[in-house]
Amino acid sequence: MTLSFQSWGRYPALPQRVRYCHWRDELARVLGAALGEGDTTLPVGNGRSYGDSCLAASGQVLRMRPLDRIIAVDWATGRIEAEAGVTLEEVLALSIPRGWFLPVTPGTRYVTLGGAVANDVHGKNHHVRGTFGRHVRRIGLVRSERAPLVCGPETERDWFAVTVGGLGLSGVIDWVELQLLPIRSSLVDSIEMRFDNLDEFFDLSALHDASYEYSVAWIDCLARGNETGRGVYMAGNHAAEGALAVDMRRQFALPFAPRGSLVNAVSLRMFNGVYYRAHSPMARKRVGYGPFFYPLDAILHWNRMYGAKGFQQYQCVVPEDAAREGIRALLEAVAASGMGSFLAVLKRCGDLASPGLLSFPMPGVSLALDFPQHDDIDAKLFSRLDAITRAASGRLYPAKDAHMTGADFRRAYPAWEQVEAKRDPALTSRFWQRVTRS
Amino acid sequence: MKRILIAGATSAIAMACARKWVDGGARFALIGRNGERLEAIARDLEARGAEHVSVHRLDMTALELHAETLQACYEALNVVDIALVAHGTLPDQRECETSVSTALREFSNNAVSVIAFLTALAQQMERQGHGTIAVISSVAGDRGRRSNYLYGSAKAAVTAFCEGLRGRLWTAGVHLMTIKPGFVDTPMTRHLDLPRALVVGPEHVAKDIVRGIERGKNTLYTPWFWAWIMPLLRGLPDSIFKRIRL
Ligand SMILES: Cc1cc2nc3c(=O)[nH]c(=O)nc-3n(C[C@H](O)[C@H](O)[C@H](O)COP(=O)(O)OP(=O)(O)OC[C@H]3O[C@@H](n4cnc5c(N)ncnc54)[C@H](O)[C@@H]3O)c2cc1C
Ligand SMILES: NC(=O)c1ccc[n+]([C@@H]2O[C@H](COP(=O)([O-])OP(=O)(O)OC[C@H]3O[C@@H](n4cnc5c(N)ncnc54)[C@H](OP(=O)(O)O)[C@@H]3O)[C@@H](O)[C@H]2O)c1
Repeated sequence: MTLSFQSWGRYPALPQRVRYCHWRDELARVLGAALGEGDTTLPVGNGRSYGDSCLAASGQVLRMRPLDRIIAVDWATGRIEAEAGVTLEEVLALSIPRGWFLPVTPGTRYVTLGGAVANDVHGKNHHVRGTFGRHVRRIGLVRSERAPLVCGPETERDWFAVTVGGLGLSGVIDWVELQLLPIRSSLVDSIEMRFDNLDEFFDLSALHDASYEYSVAWIDCLARGNETGRGVYMAGNHAAEGALAVDMRRQFALPFAPRGSLVNAVSLRMFNGVYYRAHSPMARKRVGYGPFFYPLDAILHWNRMYGAKGFQQYQCVVPEDAAREGIRALLEAVAASGMGSFLAVLKRCGDLASPGLLSFPMPGVSLALDFPQHDDIDAKLFSRLDAITRAASGRLYPAKDAHMTGADFRRAYPAWEQVEAKRDPALTSRFWQRVTRS
Repeated sequence: MKRILIAGATSAIAMACARKWVDGGARFALIGRNGERLEAIARDLEARGAEHVSVHRLDMTALELHAETLQACYEALNVVDIALVAHGTLPDQRECETSVSTALREFSNNAVSVIAFLTALAQQMERQGHGTIAVISSVAGDRGRRSNYLYGSAKAAVTAFCEGLRGRLWTAGVHLMTIKPGFVDTPMTRHLDLPRALVVGPEHVAKDIVRGIERGKNTLYTPWFWAWIMPLLRGLPDSIFKRIRL
């Protein structure tokens, strides 16, 4: 079946033919064939990246999702070794009843292990655990022109450094060994605190981040003036007791994408205002891990609400010393543009070093915003935001990107040349072509 | 705890069934022709909680080895509560029209090997006096379509064979369920351009199979709508059917 493959933002809309990898023993042949035909491909996971980093330059992706077998697991130590197409959801379904959780999880559980490694994803606990890659023990890597190899923090370290956060370019990851995190309950003791402006966010974060494993903040990006940056700070810890239960909430699916976007000025203003007011100044709750970590997973294909044109996420991180002014300037620019974001998320990143050469997080504050796609968004908004990020020596997240300039990428990720040097000649993405050749 | 034997265990549909059976506690004996892939599945099932998994390498077309392999499976399991016969290949119909050897090889793999295996298995199960045999046939066996009639005729043979065998086994307390999947998204069909609205994933089919076995269904169409489509297709007179490009 020739199903097409799209990135999560559904922009840019570049048609992709899909080849599937069902068995690890097929990989060397598939890659060798691509190389032999002078063709390239790109291994992809579950397409949860927003822009074009999960689109092949050749328009021919290699879908790794069918590789979904567990290879070995030791429940005494919490080490799991699994094929690269296993999703975080599948890991949780097995590990939670045995008292183990993901050491790091992004805001959706529908990503594959291979994708989580290749973007070296981060979660709400970056300030205490760093990126996903820090918890990876070993990776199986298949390359087109040499024998498969195993790399990790202790073996073949240079291959590990270009593969973690390596955007799928250093080879195909066929399996991953991960160290899980022990938990006593699948519940989370959470706290929510409303803040009235950006300074209050920084105060709350400084005060509370240290006592919580997880923290994140939602911002009302339509608020202006001295309310700029008002929002809700949310933090939590795994509960010390309670059931170990897998989240089985039923999902609601958006069946198709409407022509136009459901996200517009009216719905945005309503949502942002209501969301802010719906939160009391402070609340403590014990909640399931599902709603706490993955509120958006409750609606399958929610990306379709942006309509046929899709949407873009703008995620940047601004270093600590420039964070306050930088984030304020970004929010002011967004508010001034009148193009609000449905979701605006602030997250403090800690100083634990990432193992990957191109890993996104750095000590500072990350801001993520979603915008419906329209033709002049680059000229009207992103170029302004980019200028602010650049001036603050921040950088953009390739996993979310469909617009950054080659110059910005190369300045922010100077190690890119090392990745290019080790890139598998049979693999390249639209993103990589865009940022290294222009 | 269930004791489960699977022939053609590397099949995506069989794999999806096995994962469902693991949840209730299970021991497996897996038969397949690719040792490395069988091992991968065995490790996966063990990690998911299977109590024990034994693998048995066998190309199902090696008919003379069926009895021996079956014996080894019985030694590993002692008793078989569920036997799933899943192996199969989807031939290139065009090639079967010009090459007799391809046509017969494909017929042999999809029909002869199944009939041979069921013959050996039925005796063991009869002796045991309980359990279920589930055989994956296909909606394709309900009517020979011009685009796929070699495969269809093999599945038709399996369906008819199972219909008779079911009666015989019933007297011995053993149940036989014929499974007729429609279009399932598996490695077998990945290269085809199937009507997307009618395609389901292997998990969907597996759910139906597991439930069908629990409920003692005789013939299972999966997904369910094929139970409505196929009688309509069967009801078309030949004078019309032969004109339809299907
Ligand atoms: C709702 C939502 C919330 C999110 N929240 C966060 C968050 O909090 N933090 C965060 O960091 N990210 C977040 N993300 C982004 C997401 O976690 C990453 O984009 C992730 O990498 C997607 O994984 P995937 O399996 O879908 O891979 P894809 O998007 O398909 O691919 C991602 C990259 O991995 C490569 N790749 C995939 N599989 C392999 C393989 N087997 N071998 C080699 N390379 C491979 C691809 O080439 C591509 O470069 C979020 C995304 C969504 C939709
Ligand atoms: N997919 C559909 O749309 C569909 C529809 C109706 C019926 N079916 C039937 O469903 C069953 C399972 O197929 P599937 O869809 O799960 O496809 P699949 O994943 O391709 O499974 C078929 C399996 O059969 C194995 N096999 C084939 N010949 C064999 C032999 N001689 N000895 C041992 N193993 C053999 C193959 O093993 P290798 O890995 O070693 O090749 C393969 O793993 C088949 O009987 C098929 O005819 C499928």
